[in-house]
Amino acid sequence: MLRPETEAELAEIVAGTSEPLAVQGGGTKGMTPDGVVLTTLGLSGITLYEPGALTIVAQAGTTLAEVEAALDAENQRLAFEPMDYRGLLGTSGEPTIGGVVAANVSGPRRISVGACRDFALGVRYVDGAGQIIKNGGRVMKNVTGYDLVKLMSGARGTLGVLTEVSLKVLPKPEALATVIVHAPADDDSAVRAMSAALGSPYDVTGAAYVPADGQVLVRVEGFTDSVAYRAGQLQDVLKDFGEVTVEASDASAVAWQAIRDVTRMHGVDGDVWRISVKPTDGPAIAARLEALDVMFDWGGGLIWALMPRGTDLRAKLGAFDGHATLVRADAGTRAALGMFQPEPAPVAAISAGLRARFDPKGLLNAGLMG
Amino acid sequence: MEMPAPNPAILARKARVVERLQSVLPKDAVIHDEAETRAYECDALTAYKCPPMAAVLPSSTQEVSDILRICHEEGVPVVPRGSGTSLAGGALPTADCVILGVARMNDVLETDYENRIIRVQTGRTNLSVTGAVEEEAFFYAPDPSSQLACAIAGNIAMNSGGAHCLKYGVTTNNLLGVTMVMMDGTVVEIGGAYLDAGGLDLLGVICGSEGQLGVVTEATLRILRKPEGARPVLMGYDSNETAGAVVSDIIKAGVLPVAIEFMDRPCIEACEAFAKAGYPMCEALLIVEVEGSDAEIDMQLGLIKQIAQKHNPVELREAADADEAGRIWLGRKSAFGAMGQINDYMCLDGTIPVSSLPYVLRRIGEMSKEFGLDVANVFHAGDGNMHPLILFDANKPGDLETCEAFGAEILKLCVEAGGCLTGEHGVGIEKRDLMLVQYTAEDLEAQMAVKDVFDPAWLLNPAKVFPLSESETRRAQAIAAE
Repeated sequence: MLRPETEAELAEIVAGTSEPLAVQGGGTKGMTPDGVVLTTLGLSGITLYEPGALTIVAQAGTTLAEVEAALDAENQRLAFEPMDYRGLLGTSGEPTIGGVVAANVSGPRRISVGACRDFALGVRYVDGAGQIIKNGGRVMKNVTGYDLVKLMSGARGTLGVLTEVSLKVLPKPEALATVIVHAPADDDSAVRAMSAALGSPYDVTGAAYVPADGQVLVRVEGFTDSVAYRAGQLQDVLKDFGEVTVEASDASAVAWQAIRDVTRMHGVDGDVWRISVKPTDGPAIAARLEALDVMFDWGGGLIWALMPRGTDLRAKLGAFDGHATLVRADAGTRAALGMFQPEPAPVAAISAGLRARFDPKGLLNAGLMG
Repeated sequence: MEMPAPNPAILARKARVVERLQSVLPKDAVIHDEAETRAYECDALTAYKCPPMAAVLPSSTQEVSDILRICHEEGVPVVPRGSGTSLAGGALPTADCVILGVARMNDVLETDYENRIIRVQTGRTNLSVTGAVEEEAFFYAPDPSSQLACAIAGNIAMNSGGAHCLKYGVTTNNLLGVTMVMMDGTVVEIGGAYLDAGGLDLLGVICGSEGQLGVVTEATLRILRKPEGARPVLMGYDSNETAGAVVSDIIKAGVLPVAIEFMDRPCIEACEAFAKAGYPMCEALLIVEVEGSDAEIDMQLGLIKQIAQKHNPVELREAADADEAGRIWLGRKSAFGAMGQINDYMCLDGTIPVSSLPYVLRRIGEMSKEFGLDVANVFHAGDGNMHPLILFDANKPGDLETCEAFGAEILKLCVEAGGCLTGEHGVGIEKRDLMLVQYTAEDLEAQMAVKDVFDPAWLLNPAKVFPLSESETRRAQAIAAE
């Protein structure tokens, strides 16, 4: 395992090798590309944190826990609510902030405040030729040149090894409440309920549906009085979809963590797929899967599906407006099906062209994304 | 600002290029008469003008594809144009280029309230996107000052922001998908009515690429339900430092206003003289706006006023009704018009960390004396996006050059303070040659590599964004390839 302690050392390693590198932070996302493991864990530490400017800058190998603890001390947080993959994938280790950005890891709040990529203000990285590159910065508005920050967010190390990231953070809300619709008539009705909530003026920060529980969960956050007011208004908005109750306790925070981390599929046999669709398409697509279990987040736009091992879910779906990612499966299934949805030819050509330019030797997580 | 000399070989085959374009477009969609091409000689950076060889006004993605294919085959540079409101010269032509204007493509293709999206042709103006959904009480959030005129195409090209992006984000945070035509005429679909990319986040790099990667003809945009209400509060302070501290304290207190606007004394005076909004005469003025129900607004404004009081404001005024709210915004919204009354001006838009605000304003004041030109500051304080307005006289020889030199020093100061050259206007030609202040040659090489992939021949808006010295080899290759 290669574990550089500085950005310069990392650059030297990449520049000096022609062997494939399996780039990772804490290695909690279960990705196993070929090559020598190159971890960014040695690049650790918060370099700058200005609560009054809502900005934090950290080296890529800084653990997510360290970043969250620093923010918590100032009553702030990463608003995009990064998921913890360890329970779902049975991995161990510590997620890093670089890994979060590299995989654009975002949770239920993505539906309202945006994804990790929307909070990423700047990056430093080492490209496949071993050059140190920076893009963006640490200010909230920046259109100086191309936005490679977005390109690096979600590239999973295939275009460069992140060494430092700067992120916008937000204040922690004072209170939280979950409005629950019990036993909606069917999946379509559940998604319509979520659409009604998300299309209301009441600032919903989460909308999920667990068919097996027969519950639609709608979250509001903010100042205590405001949360109580909006939860009350939402009860009214949702009354035609089923019995509505409001839970304003710590239990409801736990429920959202279970949605975020897809807890219901932890340790349950089967492959796990993540499907991104137009919300109102969600129920029909889920129905075609013949899944062992499904869960909807993002107002219906994100489907988590538990499938019998080895099922080619993409073949079952055929062409659809969205994409399916294979998140958990054995090595054989992953090799056969690929983690990511194949792109249409002209888009695939652009992606391949970018990889060839950013990683000319084809070293970085080769084959992971196509 | 230097622009590359036109390529005589391209000018020599103007007749053939025009004829080929006419073969795929209606007669009135190809403008090639020298008197008429003048209408496209500049954008809102009016100090620079150059009529294009021709301008084309397609009505469909197919026509855009035909145009680009022909220009690609003919080796003719193409400068895409939305409404021509760029303050950075993003749509400035060269004499050997074809301007591709998307103004005729302004249809709403789909509105979908359940999925909270709208799909439009990109020639549609920003404000009319909201106009298409406001009867259902929805809106499109990014609100650049030019929103009455500016097109979504230009918003996407420049990743435009606005006064309310502290809460709602800028264009890139509200763009879900595009139909884009590549320089060789290939049509690609990227993203859609879903929330994340399946592979690389190409949408993220297309947004803000200043028309250099492709021509976006259709866009899927996120629409939001309008808040129940909004109300501003105005506060005046006797120093920029104090106002800066108030901004920081408000943010730290956990309130997230939709807008925090900042005006300094020269700006307050000019706006007051122009709009008579009843602003107090002081060193720094803040307008803070919050949203929600009446009770929620009262609560948030209560907290904000508490913070404001701690810093001894010279004035603290809350809007009691819509009329008073309008008066609070009146001066701010007429700031640019007010400056235009006094003189010609150049509007910059560097961004700085909010904590550096007092230092940067003090230095700008000192530099104003050194260069002998007045400057007024009005900006989005919540996110550190400054808009220094440098006043000059375009009819006075040398004044524009002094103004540009002063502007360059201010932008260098922004970068030195930890910020960037441009927060929402884009680089265009205006900040092109300052890119090396913020980025190394290697950083720029990485960005240019992206253009190499999307537009290998460097025909799309080629003389923008990157210093001419840095892009020279690539542009020369395009010419040699003919």
